[in-house]
Amino acid sequence: MTADIDKTAGPESTPPAGPEAIKAIPVRHYGRYISAVAAIAIFVSIVYAFAQGQINWDAIPEYFFDDRILKGVGQTMLLTVLSMVIGIVGGVVLAVMRLSKNPVTSSIAWFYIWFFRGTPVLVQLVVWFNLGLVFEYINLGFVYKDYWSSFMTPLLTALLGLGLNEAAYMAEICRAGLLSVDEGQTEASHALGMSHSKTLRRIVIPQAMRVIVPPTGNEVINMLKTTSLVSVVQFSELFRYAQDIGQSSGAPVEMYFLAAAWYLVLTSVLSVGQYYVERYYARGSSRSLPATPLQKIRANLLSLSNRSGGGAKA
Amino acid sequence: MTSKVTKADSGTPMVKAEGVHKSFGPVEVLKGIDLEVKPGEVFCLIGPSGSGKSTFLRCINHLEKVNAGRLYVDGELVGYRQKGDKLYELKDSEVALKRRDIGMVFQRFNLFPHMTALENVMEAPVQVKGVSRAQARERAGQLLERVGLADKAGNYPTQLSGGQQQRVAIARALAMDPKLMLFDEPTSALDPELVGDVLDVMRDLAESGMTMVVVTHEMGFAREVGDSLVFMDEGVVVESGHPRDVLTNPQHERTQSFLSKVL
Ligand SMILES: Nc1ncnc2c1ncn2[C@@H]1O[C@H](COP(=O)(O)OP(=O)(O)O)[C@@H](O)[C@H]1O
Ligand SMILES: [Mg+2]
Repeated sequence: MTADIDKTAGPESTPPAGPEAIKAIPVRHYGRYISAVAAIAIFVSIVYAFAQGQINWDAIPEYFFDDRILKGVGQTMLLTVLSMVIGIVGGVVLAVMRLSKNPVTSSIAWFYIWFFRGTPVLVQLVVWFNLGLVFEYINLGFVYKDYWSSFMTPLLTALLGLGLNEAAYMAEICRAGLLSVDEGQTEASHALGMSHSKTLRRIVIPQAMRVIVPPTGNEVINMLKTTSLVSVVQFSELFRYAQDIGQSSGAPVEMYFLAAAWYLVLTSVLSVGQYYVERYYARGSSRSLPATPLQKIRANLLSLSNRSGGGAKA
Repeated sequence: MTSKVTKADSGTPMVKAEGVHKSFGPVEVLKGIDLEVKPGEVFCLIGPSGSGKSTFLRCINHLEKVNAGRLYVDGELVGYRQKGDKLYELKDSEVALKRRDIGMVFQRFNLFPHMTALENVMEAPVQVKGVSRAQARERAGQLLERVGLADKAGNYPTQLSGGQQQRVAIARALAMDPKLMLFDEPTSALDPELVGDVLDVMRDLAESGMTMVVVTHEMGFAREVGDSLVFMDEGVVVESGHPRDVLTNPQHERTQSFLSKVL
C-alpha cells in the first residue's frame, strides 16, 4: 500500500509500424444529394417568388439603421433583459419556495405559478395597464404616494406584465434544475456547517445551472419576441416603431420584414451568448470542455498550415 | 459500561449515545443504541447492510433527527437544548455551528463537482469561518499535500480517481479543524487497489490523535487501527469491545455468522 498511485504508462505511445492504413471506398449517401438538391430548389423558388412580389425591397436597407428603428431595438433589448432578470430572480425564489418544507410557502408559490401560467400574457399586460381602475392611489406610507396612473409608466407596466409572467415559467425550470442536483451535495455542504442559503447559493444553484441554462436560453429568445406585445400598454419598441414607420412611409409590409430581420439578428446574438454561458457552467462536468467555435477555427487553421508546411518540407 | 481507558481520558466522552431511537415513518431503524466514544479514539462500527450504521452516524451531526433517547457530542446534546426538563429544538444556524466541529466523509465522496480539488477544500473555511481566501488557499494546499495530492489541486473531481476524490473529501473535512471525524464506509465505493491509499490517510489521521467514528467493512483496518469496535445488527448493538477480541473471538452467534461472511 503506497501513498502514491502512479499509473504505469499505458501502451506504447509510438504508433504501430505494422499494418498498412485501410483504403476503402466509402459508402455513398445518394439520398443526401437528392434531398440537398430538392431543398435548394424549393428555397430558390421561394426567394424568387418574394423577389417578384409587389415589395419595395429598397425600403428595407434604407430604414434598417433608422434612428427610430435603432431606438426600438434598444428598447426591445432593455425590456428583454429587465423582464428576464425579474423572471429569473422571481423564478429562483418561487422554485425554492415550492421546494420548501413549509406548507404555507410552497402553497403560495404553487398558487402564483398556477395563476400566471394559466392566463395569457397579453391579458395580464392589459390588466396591469388598467389596474388604476382598482387602485386609485399607490401608497407606500411615507416613502411614496402617487396616483396609480402616474406611477405605472408604460415601461413599468410592460416589465411587470412580462417579468411576473416569466417568473412562473422560470420557477418550473429552476425547480427541475434544483431537483437535478444530487442530495449528497446538500448533505456534504450541511455537514461542513454551511447554512441553507449558502448551500443553495454556493453548491446547489451553480450545479443546477447546467440544467437551467438551456431552457432559459429558450425563454430569453421567447421573451425577445413576446416584447412585441407591449404596444398594448403604450410602450414603444422595435415592432411598434417599425409599424409607425410603415404607416408614415407607405411601406408597411417592408417594415414588417425589416422588424423580422432585426429579431433574427438579435436572437442569433443571444444564441451565441447562450453557448458561452452553457460552457461556463459545464466546468468540472466533463473531462474536457468542448472547443469554442473560435478554438475550432484556430485548430483547423493550425492543422492546415501544419499539413501544408509538412508537405513543403517533404 | 465500565471505562477501560485506552488513550486520553479527559472525562467527557466525545460521543455518547443513550437509548437512541430513530424511525422512518413506521420503520424503526435504530432501536436503542448505547455507546461511548472517548476522545482520541478510533471507534469502528460494523454490521450488515441496512442495520442502521449510516443512520446512526448521520444522527451524530444531526443530518437525521433522533426520535428518542439522548445523543451527546463533547458533552453537548445534539440538536436540542435542555432547560429544566424541557427540550428545545435548536435553530438551523445553531445546528450549523455545531456541525463545523464534526467532519464527515461519505461513501460516495460528495465532492462539489463544479470546484477544483483546492476550491473544494477552501470552500467551508472561507464561507463558514470567514477565513481569507489567501489563508484558506495556503491551508488547503497543505492539507492536499498531507493526503498526497498536492499535484492535483487544480483538478476537478471528474478528473480524479475514486481514491483521490475520497482523499480530497478527507482534506475538505479536515479544513474545518474538526474535533471529531465521521467516516461512512469511506472505501466501499473504491476499486480494491485504491482502498489502501485512503486507509493510509486515515491511519495517519488516527495517529495524529483525531477522534474517529468509522463505519467500515475493512476488518484489517479495524483490527490494526481501531481502539473500540461495535457490531450492530437490526438497529441494536449486538456486541462491543476491543477490535481484536470481537473480531477474533466473537461471543454472539449473529456476530459470528456476519464475520464468517466478510472475513
Ligand atoms: N431517509 C430514509 N427514509 C426511509 N428509510 C430509510 C432512510 N434512510 C435509511 N432508511 C432505512 O433505514 C435502514 C438502515 O439504513 P442505513 O442506516 O443506511 O443502514 P446501513 O448503513 O447499516 O447499511 C434501511 O432499511 C434503510 O432502508
Ligand atoms: Mg450505510
